[in-house]
Amino acid sequence: MQFTEEQIWQFLSEVQDPEVPVLNILELGIVREVLIKNDEVEVVVTPTYSGCPATSMINMSIRLKLIEKGIKNVKLTNRLSPAWTTDWMTAGAKEKLKAYGIAPPVYSKTNQDDLFAKPDEVPCPHCGSGHTKLVSQFGSTACKALYQCEDCREPFDYFKCH
Amino acid sequence: MENTENNQLNYLLHLADTSMILGQRLSEWCGKGPVLEQDIALSNIALDLLGEASHYYELAANLQGEGKTEDDLAFLRNERDFKNLLITERPNGHFGDTIARQFYFDIYHVLLLNELKKSSNSETAAIAEKSLKEATYHAKWSSEWVIRLGDGTEESHDKIQKSILDFVDYTDEMFIPTNWEKALIASGEMPDITTLKDKWTTRVNQVLEEATLTVDFSKSRKLIGGKDGKHTEALGYILAEMQYMQRTYPNMEW
Repeated sequence: MQFTEEQIWQFLSEVQDPEVPVLNILELGIVREVLIKNDEVEVVVTPTYSGCPATSMINMSIRLKLIEKGIKNVKLTNRLSPAWTTDWMTAGAKEKLKAYGIAPPVYSKTNQDDLFAKPDEVPCPHCGSGHTKLVSQFGSTACKALYQCEDCREPFDYFKCH
Repeated sequence: MENTENNQLNYLLHLADTSMILGQRLSEWCGKGPVLEQDIALSNIALDLLGEASHYYELAANLQGEGKTEDDLAFLRNERDFKNLLITERPNGHFGDTIARQFYFDIYHVLLLNELKKSSNSETAAIAEKSLKEATYHAKWSSEWVIRLGDGTEESHDKIQKSILDFVDYTDEMFIPTNWEKALIASGEMPDITTLKDKWTTRVNQVLEEATLTVDFSKSRKLIGGKDGKHTEALGYILAEMQYMQRTYPNMEW
């Protein structure tokens, strides 16, 4: 193999999330492992949501990126456990999301099993106000909820805790 | 040995069919939801369920070992081969009906996955661990809607009250094991669903009370049979629509 593991990780950092294009897949925290065996590179990926349509697209982008770099033998492995959590997103990713107008996950301490738990308190990514309300638990993609700022009145996406 | 494998295959298909049929049902709302946000919510939940189903189908196809894929299992089996819970195939009705059906299922789904994630089969456990997070989120959404409609206007209260009563007959099936399930429970290969009933009733009642709704579960007609392939007339129509393309153009791919 002409590449080191470190170089492979570098290549993977060039693969963007198709639905949140400001993040790459390392910042998203879905690449769990890179294994090099002879001339084969195996990339272990943990999907964000079970039915996320971006999953197969991300797998294809990883394959294409590595082929582009001259690695012909690429193996992609899906690993479900431990389940992906927004805690695996990097600190830098949160800043990038905010700059893009998406409120990053707030790492809620609320009990996930509590049916009557109050929704996460999310600061507005536009004006920074903490005076916001949940409009809908479900947003434009599986990973987002819809909020609105009560001060600047702007609606915004929230990358929900998972 | 062969029998044991059959039971395991039945169970995977039951889990897969249940999530897929409900996902397919919910996807019928796409573009027709009462408001845009809830239209999107229904499609999101449908997508999670279809994702969960495809993971189980993949395991089932591997276990079957006949070179079949998850698509073969979803698109080329007949009505009598489907093992989904009857409640999942019942028609959408109005928004309140869909919410009532979803609420009963979500509360059960969360309790089931919570047990399934401790399964000795690490692959099934991994799917359960993954799906549990999503199912919990669904349960919050449907519980909230039961409360909003029940404790809402007079009209919304009356409508959801009727929906909540209409689906009661289909809830017992979640907790009554078939013969092949009894064998799997005895060998510890699947959670003992009979023990989930009390927890389910407690959680359901907690929400119904908040929603000012009432139901008497002892009046349930206990309709069962879905897990053994005996379905209501609704399933055939779902399959006819869902399987049309694959049956008309065999081996087609997107």
